[in-house]
Amino acid sequence: MSHIFFSLTLVLYGCATITYLAYLSRTTPTLATWANRLVMAGFAAHSLATIHRFSSAGHLPITNMHESLSFFGLAIVGTFILFERRYRVAILGSFIIPLALLFVIASSAFPTAIRDLNPALRSGWLWVHTIMAFIAYATFTIAFGAAVIYLIQQHFLKKKRLGALFQKLPSLNTLDDINYRCLTVGFPLLTVAIITGAIWAEKAWGTYWSWDPKETWSLITWFIFAALLHGRMTTGWRGRRAALLSIAGFLIMLFTFIGVNLWLPGLHSYK
Amino acid sequence: MNIIVIGLSHKTATVEIREKVAFSPNQIDKPLRDLVALDDIIEGVIVSTCNRVEIYATTRDIAGGIARVKRFLADYHRIPFETLEPHLYSYHSEAAIRHVFRVASSLDSMVVGEPQILGQIKTSYGYAAEYKSSGIILNRFLHKAFSVAKRVRSETRIASSAVSVAFAAVELAKKILGDLSDKTVMLIGAGEMCELAAKHFLNSGARGVMVTNRTFERAERLAEEFGGEAIRFEDLFEHLHLADIVLSSTGAPHVIIGPKEVEEVVRRRRFKPMFFIDIAVPRDIDPKVDDLENAYLFTVDNLQEIVQANLAQRNREAEKAEEIIDQEIGQFYKWLSSLEVTPTIVALRTRFDEIRRAELDKTVSGWKELPPDAEKRLEALTTAIMNKLLHTPTAVLKKAGQGGRVDLYVDALRQLFELEAAPQENGELELEE
Repeated sequence: MSHIFFSLTLVLYGCATITYLAYLSRTTPTLATWANRLVMAGFAAHSLATIHRFSSAGHLPITNMHESLSFFGLAIVGTFILFERRYRVAILGSFIIPLALLFVIASSAFPTAIRDLNPALRSGWLWVHTIMAFIAYATFTIAFGAAVIYLIQQHFLKKKRLGALFQKLPSLNTLDDINYRCLTVGFPLLTVAIITGAIWAEKAWGTYWSWDPKETWSLITWFIFAALLHGRMTTGWRGRRAALLSIAGFLIMLFTFIGVNLWLPGLHSYK
Repeated sequence: MNIIVIGLSHKTATVEIREKVAFSPNQIDKPLRDLVALDDIIEGVIVSTCNRVEIYATTRDIAGGIARVKRFLADYHRIPFETLEPHLYSYHSEAAIRHVFRVASSLDSMVVGEPQILGQIKTSYGYAAEYKSSGIILNRFLHKAFSVAKRVRSETRIASSAVSVAFAAVELAKKILGDLSDKTVMLIGAGEMCELAAKHFLNSGARGVMVTNRTFERAERLAEEFGGEAIRFEDLFEHLHLADIVLSSTGAPHVIIGPKEVEEVVRRRRFKPMFFIDIAVPRDIDPKVDDLENAYLFTVDNLQEIVQANLAQRNREAEKAEEIIDQEIGQFYKWLSSLEVTPTIVALRTRFDEIRRAELDKTVSGWKELPPDAEKRLEALTTAIMNKLLHTPTAVLKKAGQGGRVDLYVDALRQLFELEAAPQENGELELEE
């Protein structure tokens, strides 16, 4: 059952990706409407797949790589839908949805069997800690998308190449706004995720902080976004600099999320 | 029933001619009444804008209808027919439908894609509806034209880009600065293009204007005109950081704004981006300013290139629009044709039945001893023959009505059998909207 919904999700995200990429290169405005509908349908199927898995496993489906990557994809698409509603930037989907699709495809490369929950994870903190972290990651992914578009737009403006793509992409100001909004949403969530993680660690493992690779890299991620937020609020960092830092932050976040699990064994590896 | 269009536009007549045949909206009721009072003209709508004057009408007699409307235009405005006639174009049937769809979609406009024309046609139609000069066909026709125009606007990007330098500057500013409602424009020097651009910025919601000029009085005069603030030229750099958009066109022989100054200004603005437009020749703003991260410098040539590209894009989009119009013409024409089918069939049957009854009466009354139920049998026989004879033509006609090429059949039948029935209001076959 979960499998059917999951396959449906892949198909719908796949179609949405194709439509969004077509929207990027074609001038037909109706393509955006269709891409949006496909994403909504994909998100619904993905939610059903996740809920189904949740009810058959009896715990939040984020305990192995398959589940985590899929859940990350879900969080990205959900966050994208909210930002699209708020800022009316369908074109952001041409950058974000392929990325989400990639994560969902990657998730299906990992073993999908449902396993019993590691006793260490049986706690209400699992909910708070992980969901906060996932939403924070998703907003940083949106910030990454906006940053990439920002750099493209700036390139077009500086080279005076103001073609169809330039017309279609949002204004520098909008992109910078999205970047800032992502930061002000994502950063507090990441902070909460780290703090609740520490409290939970104290309860489960007896120590707040044990310099496990996941913890270390989370802290690095936190510092990057802290620096960016600080720069923005005090000295008016914006535009290109903010975009570049968001991209760096996203890449390090990605390593924290996936790389650490795959290559740096520690307390957080639940393969 | 046929739709005809008679008119002139910027493509066929100079403004001197156009203004002579323009109709004033204040007294549009009289020409509308006169129009539908013409022989053979059933419904009529008059569209009158500064770029075109057009009459849409329905008639049974295409050639006669067109001639009478042309004559009407000349007579109403008291222009010699010979003077006016060469400037007039006329369309009928499918070509007329295409023409009106194209005009409403702004494909026939001086600047393709400009949005005003649709509103102007809507207003004109409003008058015609108010004075009841339009009826079932033109009502449907113009509503269809409005929905086609809407489709063209939403499905193509025909009107989405600026086609004048001043508008291109505004569009570009929006692409850099976003919403202009909290943005300030600085006008350095004077000049037609600069002032025009400043006006466009204000119309697009910019918050305010600062004006500076080597002659302070000129700055004051311009500032007053725009409701802005005049700045002494020497104080330019004390105020530059307040401006988000800088329009420069002085006659200065050297650059007056260099990268050093701008870097300083941008820092003072906490890196909020600035948009510079240099209209002056020789240049007022050092091209190196564009190398700075949060400063974007464009020259008139840059803007001109954008306008050229946008015009080319509009023409490409216009092709897509033509395709949409092609589809819609087919649909509407089908409906228009189907209007004729039912009344024609009814008239044909009535005509046949009259003949049958007349002959039957003659036969029955001339018969001395009629066997019982003979009259009934004769009635049944003649009816059966009539129905058999009419069956195939009726079926063919209905089928043709669905195919949209029915006018030939209808005309032939009307002439062969001298049918007279006018299309009835209920002669409308359902048509998907």
